[in-house]
Amino acid sequence: MKIELIVNGVRRVIDVEPNELLINVIREKLGLTGTKYGCGIGECGACTVIVDSKPVLSCLTLAVEVAGREITTIEGVAKNGRLDPVQEAFVEEGAVQCGYCTPGFIIMAKALLEENKNPSRQEIIEYIKGNLCRCTGYINIVKAIQKASEKITLKERKTT
Amino acid sequence: MRADYVNLVNTHTVPVRFMYHSPETLGEALRLMREYGGEARVMAGGTDLIVDMKLRRKEPKHIVSLNKIRGIEYIVEEDGGVRIGANTKLRSIEKNSIVRERFEALYEAVRSIASVQVRNMGTLVGNICNASPAADSAPPLLVYDAVVKARSIDGERKIKIRDFFKGPGKTCLKDDEIVTEVFIPYPPGDSASTFFKISRVSMDLAKVNIAILVKLSSNVVEDFRIALGAVAPTPLRIPKAEEYLRHKPLNEENLNIVEKIVSEEIKPITDVRSTEWYRREVSKILVRDALNSTIKKLVRT
Repeated sequence: MKIELIVNGVRRVIDVEPNELLINVIREKLGLTGTKYGCGIGECGACTVIVDSKPVLSCLTLAVEVAGREITTIEGVAKNGRLDPVQEAFVEEGAVQCGYCTPGFIIMAKALLEENKNPSRQEIIEYIKGNLCRCTGYINIVKAIQKASEKITLKERKTT
Repeated sequence: MRADYVNLVNTHTVPVRFMYHSPETLGEALRLMREYGGEARVMAGGTDLIVDMKLRRKEPKHIVSLNKIRGIEYIVEEDGGVRIGANTKLRSIEKNSIVRERFEALYEAVRSIASVQVRNMGTLVGNICNASPAADSAPPLLVYDAVVKARSIDGERKIKIRDFFKGPGKTCLKDDEIVTEVFIPYPPGDSASTFFKISRVSMDLAKVNIAILVKLSSNVVEDFRIALGAVAPTPLRIPKAEEYLRHKPLNEENLNIVEKIVSEEIKPITDVRSTEWYRREVSKILVRDALNSTIKKLVRT
């Protein structure tokens, strides 16, 4: 079955089986291995990608279900070789330890800040509750998201 | 056994071969269901179905996806209540102001389901059709006396939510039926409702969940409805507790009796999430907490 996807702004036409998951297509057929396969049953958030501006789990999404949709993976977050403010904040706050959960957290942080520019600590914690970090670096992850929110607000003030 | 289990979970494809159908109209979907009946599964968000297929708990030969059908994704006020379509995501429901303001228990229940990602994918209709005894949306829908609309090629039928669940994973739906909508009547004026659940961490399925609805008139309980989940093969209303408390003042003595009735009326089992004993004990606490929280809402307004 041929499907068309727009992945990180690029149109891709891919041949998929009905039982193929979005994560397989992203990692194996498109070679975008930033998105990670964790628990496989929707509990860890490592495979989170954005489909039409909403974060979803690519390990529970059939590739055929998202035919024609726009998908953003971690590879599409940095623009023109420059890190996104969320990524900068994760680096600065030491929010990355082993790094396996990081793509999922960064995608969630991006989605949260799109919905809500100034989330409270509590709102951040609620939003990322479906993402597990087994190095347990949650404190720095929350700090990084707060910092990213400040960075984005500052940037907007400068440009207006 | 254990190693086998882990392997299946982590398979990179769904280890089931099936025909994928993605009809563009409801009529076409209903025709497919008539044709493939018992061998087909309807898929909305897929968050339960795909997991079940990965674990080979379900091996449908056909999947009928609702994804491309237009016109079944809505939350609209009508006829004294709100209608929620089969494709409406849980996340849209929690963000809806009518739900937040008038159906507090449903709002609280939906917000407590899994994670933002899962709620962006999963639907309310899918949550009830999956018929988990622990489905978080079930106790609120039970206290609101929601009505499930199911369609087949032959027409539509309306099913009271109380008659909908038949056992773990089982509903009263026929093989060729698709649930198109849930209708939730407005709760009585000046009433308030609350949802609570006990789970190990907030992502987990409930050990026990509860929804209650209370209407007071000068300190006497005028309307009281209570439903619990994960304490029997299906989510349950507890009519005996409801009848007891109606037209009685809400005091310590009556509260103790209601707690006792609830813990006796439920039929919990011991499983991976809790023991039977614990479920009976914690149900009492949940009744008390949910009542307290509902009374606070009533006082506030």
